[in-house]
Formats: sequence, structure tokens, C-alpha cells
Amino acid sequence: MKKLMIGNAAVAQGLHDGGLGVVSSYPGTPSTEITEFLAKFDDLYSEWAPNEKVACEVAFGASLAGARSACAMKHVGLNVAADPLFTLSYTGVNGGMVICVADDPAMHSSQNEQDSRHYAIASKVPMLEPADSQEAYDFSKAAFELSEKFDTPVLLRMCTRIAHSQSVVETSEAIPPVLKDYEKNPAKYIMMPGNAIKRHPIVEDRTAALAEYANDCPFNTVSYNSDEIGIITSGCSYLYVKEVLGDDVSILKIGMPNPLPDKLILEFASKVKTLYVIEELDPIIENHVKALGIKVIGKDLFSMLGEFSQNVIAKAFNKGEVYSVSADSAIPPRPPMMCAGCPHRGMFYTLSKNKITVMGDIGCYTLGAVAPLNALDSTLCMGASVSGLHGFNAAGREGSENKSVAVIGDSTFMHSGMTGLVNIAYNATNSTVIILDNSITGMTGHQQNPTTGFNIKGEVAAKVNLEALCKSLGINRVRVVDPYDLKACETAVKEELAANEPSVIISRRPCVLLKSVRTLPALKVDSDKCRSCKRCMGLGCPAISLKDGKAKIDNTLCVGCGVCKQLCAFDAIV
Amino acid sequence: MTKSVMIVGVGGQGSLLASKLLGRLLMDEGFDVKVSEVHGMSQRGGSVVTYVRYGEKVYSPIITEGQADIIISFEKLEAARYAPFLKKDGKIIVNTQQIDPMPVIIGAAQYPDNVLDELSRKGVSVEALDALQLAEKAGSSKAVNIVLMGKAAKYFGIDYNKWIKAIENTVAERFVEMNKIAFDLGYNS
Repeated sequence: MKKLMIGNAAVAQGLHDGGLGVVSSYPGTPSTEITEFLAKFDDLYSEWAPNEKVACEVAFGASLAGARSACAMKHVGLNVAADPLFTLSYTGVNGGMVICVADDPAMHSSQNEQDSRHYAIASKVPMLEPADSQEAYDFSKAAFELSEKFDTPVLLRMCTRIAHSQSVVETSEAIPPVLKDYEKNPAKYIMMPGNAIKRHPIVEDRTAALAEYANDCPFNTVSYNSDEIGIITSGCSYLYVKEVLGDDVSILKIGMPNPLPDKLILEFASKVKTLYVIEELDPIIENHVKALGIKVIGKDLFSMLGEFSQNVIAKAFNKGEVYSVSADSAIPPRPPMMCAGCPHRGMFYTLSKNKITVMGDIGCYTLGAVAPLNALDSTLCMGASVSGLHGFNAAGREGSENKSVAVIGDSTFMHSGMTGLVNIAYNATNSTVIILDNSITGMTGHQQNPTTGFNIKGEVAAKVNLEALCKSLGINRVRVVDPYDLKACETAVKEELAANEPSVIISRRPCVLLKSVRTLPALKVDSDKCRSCKRCMGLGCPAISLKDGKAKIDNTLCVGCGVCKQLCAFDAIV
Repeated sequence: MTKSVMIVGVGGQGSLLASKLLGRLLMDEGFDVKVSEVHGMSQRGGSVVTYVRYGEKVYSPIITEGQADIIISFEKLEAARYAPFLKKDGKIIVNTQQIDPMPVIIGAAQYPDNVLDELSRKGVSVEALDALQLAEKAGSSKAVNIVLMGKAAKYFGIDYNKWIKAIENTVAERFVEMNKIAFDLGYNS
């Protein structure tokens, strides 16, 4: 049956139809939907893990037990899962194992633009890279066979445009999940030096065998149309090349970027006068081609930054002028922002007002950085707020401990904030950590996590008690505030910063977008009472604007949280 | 020949449903279709854009400057923001609703007064309608997306009844009747 599917749904369907038994993932744009779609199947086990390292290790365990397994993550998630990845390359698999990783060129929803193909090369693990939803389906399904045939985990590389583009998919017959036999095999699975040293040559032999296989595999395809221009390309770059140059050039499409097919590349290069490599981000294919002694045009013509498009290709090959019309007026930007009624806003207002240095983290609350709150000082990676704050305070700047905090969401705290908090307690800086507990993983679109009390299927699950957890990690001062209560926020922040020991403030209120949250009637501005002081505007609430000099509340956006009402000195908000 | 349609608006306005409806309809009409969506951070009240491309064989899932046959905009400013993506003789269908972005709310920028007139004066075909009012008339402000699809429908050369069928197949059952009314209000406007 033909169906329109986003790439991530096609990956999920492909993994399922390839006989997947177990999937464990941590959400991260643009990879999240893979696991969300898999959670809808009842003939496999699915879960949200607290982080990508756990997810990858769960998939390893399931593979060891004989199931076909998978995990999915965004590119930076693979940094977290890199530890198991590199040694999984040595152990190999029992049941086939697929690690899905989604890159985000142009950083639509990410903190960097790293190219995950480096990981495939560094860990010596084969990688597949589909260019549309049909390939996403086919490659995901085929990845299990590749994994079992070569006794290796397989990386499946997606990117934003493939992951979040719908295209037509024709599915094939599903293979039911099977559990292979498990036999104890210390030499293969216990990676202590004496065993691991014997596995390394096996990894090198496997890579050589895979490189040979790559020359004649279904993932790499060649079309000879011209002996003038040849293009080696992959993923969405291939789509842009086909769109603009069609059948006017010869194309070697790489669907398996690691290991690359030397013989195929040499043969292809020998048949064309001018060779180009067109790939987004880093010159992985290009450098490999150059190492084969072939002259090639790549990054000197095509950028290492951001995404490509058909216009990028058209410009490089001088294919026509681009028509463009625009309005004369300046178009103000429309950056993303915290929603009306967002529970993070009250806490950020408090921190901003008191000029606190704020070590930020990854989540919706990263938006606390934008005007008018301008509340953040840093955002690095998941968990870095807590450990970074400890270092910031350890540096010994006078008064630092009384003027700086970390902010981290509930899900991010579970992911990698806990270890940083242990460090604060153990190595005793007088640090204050604020857990912004909105009872959900927000930015990626409302996934459950260990603090919400529900599992991936929405069933009741064990719920981590954050207060008890922080205390058991060695923090004596743990208090809870409602971020809708500005006075309580201010008191808590001031008292905990002044306290002579480490402390945790749990700023707790569920995300206003959760269906279970009942909102209140919209508030109104009494324009007779409004003195145009603009204090309420300092909240950066999208529901409040200025009309004819007076504050105005949009009743379609306002959820009646009442934070602005607490700020108004003239009782004009009712 | 591949046709390119952009659906643009502000995060939360329901453009994903519109692209889903359009994508399915075009696929059922026998076209190869690609729909490129935006997820994640930019959805939080930010400017959102969805690309719909269809034809005999579609390669690129995205649309770049000078390529859109139609831009369906859920908001005035967003129509102007993406106008450079329009091809020569392309068309903009725009909801006249104004949603202030944060730089305007805090007074750091101005919401331009007459962007649609500016575009018209440059020869752009602009069809403006108050889709919010029509949606409310149909029964819900959330039906803005379907009102706009109704307005755009005649440019796709697809039979009216097939659109209605696509609505029945895409929206939740209890909203079907309301959305049919919304579609008609847009279609006949």
C-alpha cells in the first residue's frame, strides 16, 4: 500500500517490518517521532530512557538477548551514547542492532551542527543514509540483516529534511520479531583488555569486508549520463542535485557513507572529466576521495555551513537567475518564545529582575535567553547548567555563590543533571540549582520521563520523587515553589542564594500546553487604571501588547496565569 | 513540472493539518508528493513554514527563493516574510489577521502598515480574506486552516467533492461538519 509518511515514520515502519523487538530512546529533534511511532506497535517493546547512553545500552542488552533492537537520538545525543557505541563495535551483536541518529544542519532545533558521520568512521561501524521516506523504510528494514551478517551495530543517519519530510512509501511484508538463542560468550561480550585486544583485529577485518561489500551493495547506486561531469553525493544533497541537474550529469549516490566504496569511486571517477562531491556539513566523502588520489571539487565550491537547497546547486552550476520580490517595509523577525502562561516565565522574571547569573540548559526554558527577559548566561549541552555552575563558583569570583544559579528542566535533570548535583554536594560549592519541573519533556513535543509518573504508552509508571532524590544525593536544602507566585519565587531565590550550603529549588507547575492542565479565564486590562508604566511588558508574554499606549491582553492567548496581575501596581489587570 | 506550495504562519495556527490534508489529496490524485514540515524549537510561537511539492516526480522536499506557485499565509506579516519565495506570476492567499511578534510587542520593532499593498503594487497577485472571522462563523477560530484551504482550492484544479472527501479523511469525526462549513466559506469568498 502507498502511504505518505514523514521520514521518521518510515524509519519506524521499516524497523518494525524488519522484525524489531526492543526500542529504547531519549527524545531529541529531529529524531523523536521514530520512537513515538514505534510506541504505537503492540508487537514490540518500546520505552523512553533517561538518556541516550542508557537507551543505547538497553538496545545492546536486547541484542545480546537475541532480539533485533534499536535506539534513536539526535546528533548530540550520540555524543552521550558514544561510550557504548565504540565498544559495541568490538562486541558486535547477537540480534541485529540499529542506532538511528538524526543530524540537524542549519540548527533548526539544536545547539551545534556536528556531522555524525565522524562517529561511524571513528567507531568503525557501518552507516546508512537514506534520501527520502521510501529509502528510510527500505534501509531501516535492511539494516538488521546487515547488522547480523557483519556482526556489528549499524548507524542509520537521518537529517532534518529527510526526518521531517513526507514522501510516498510503499511498504513490503513485515518480518515478525524473533528471539535468537543466547549463549554465554565471554570472549565476545566481556570487553576486558585480554578479550578486547583479540576483538580489535576482527573489527578491522570486518571494516575491510564491509568496504568490499560497499562496492556492490544496494545502498550505493550509479547512473552514468555524462562523461563530462560526475557528482558523488548523498542524502538530501542528492535530491537537490537531481532536481537541478536531472539526467544531465553522472551521479554516484552514496547510501552507505561508511565505509566508502573505493573501487566504485575509482571506477566512477575514471569515467568523468570533472568530478564533484556535494555533501552537507563536513567533507567526509571529499577527503576520502582525495585520499584515493582523485582530483575533486567539493568544499571549495559548497559550504560546510547549514543546509543546501536546489538554489545552492543551481548557483554553483550557473543554472538561471533567481526571481525575487519583496515588500519595501522592514519585516520584523518572529523568534520562538515561551508560551502565554508558561510556568518558566515567573522564575525567569525573578532571576532577571535580581540580575542573577544563570547557567542554562537544553529545553523550552532555553527561551529564557531572549528579550525582554534576557535571563540566561550560558547554554552548552544537556546537564551542563548544574556542573557548569559548580565550576563557575569554584573559580572563586567574590560573591559568585550568592549571585548565580543553574536552571534545568525535569527531563534534563534526569538525563544528566543528577551527576552534576552529586558533584556539587560532594565537592561542596555553595551552589543553588533550580529544577524547572513542568512535569513533561516539553520542547520535543510532550514525551513522558521518569518524573511524570507515566511511561511511553501513557500507562502509570514509577515516578521519581525529585525532593527525595535531591536529598539523597546530598542536598539538605530542598524547597518547592509555584512559579506563578512571584513573591514566593523571589523569597526562595533570595533565601537559597544567601544560605550557607548547597540548595535546590524545585519550581513546579505543569506545562500549560498539557491537556490535563485546566486554564483560567483570560484577564483584562482596565485602561482607565493603566498608567502605561509597561512593567507587565517586562514579562515577555505573547498575550500582552501595547495599544494606544496602554497594555492590552489578547483573550485568545491569555490563560489567566495571573503573573502580570501581580506586577501591576495600579490594579489595572483584572 | 513540479508545483510548489508554501503554507506559512505562526506556530500553533494549525498549518500542519492543512499540509497533511493537501498532501494526501494530491497523492490520491496520482501525483508524487513531498511535504516538508517544521518541528521543535521554531514551533513555539515562531514563524513556521511548510513546503508542499507535487508533480510527476518530486526530488527536493524544500522550496527556495523564486519558486513557490502559491503561498498560503495564515498571517499578514508572514506573507510578506516569505514573499521572496514566490515565483514570477505566483499567488499569495493571505489571512488578514495580525499577530504581533515579540520584537513588536516589546516595542523594539514596528509591525509594517501596508505590506500587502506594497506587494500588490509590485505586481504580486494577493488575495486577502479575513479567515479568522469566517472560521468563527463556521464555529471555531481553529478552522482558519480549512477556510484558507477552501480559498486556495480552485487553484489546484481538483474537483470540489474530492476536497470534501479529503476533509472527511483528515479531521477528527466530530469536527467534520464544522470544517466543511469552514471550507465552503473560504471556497465561496
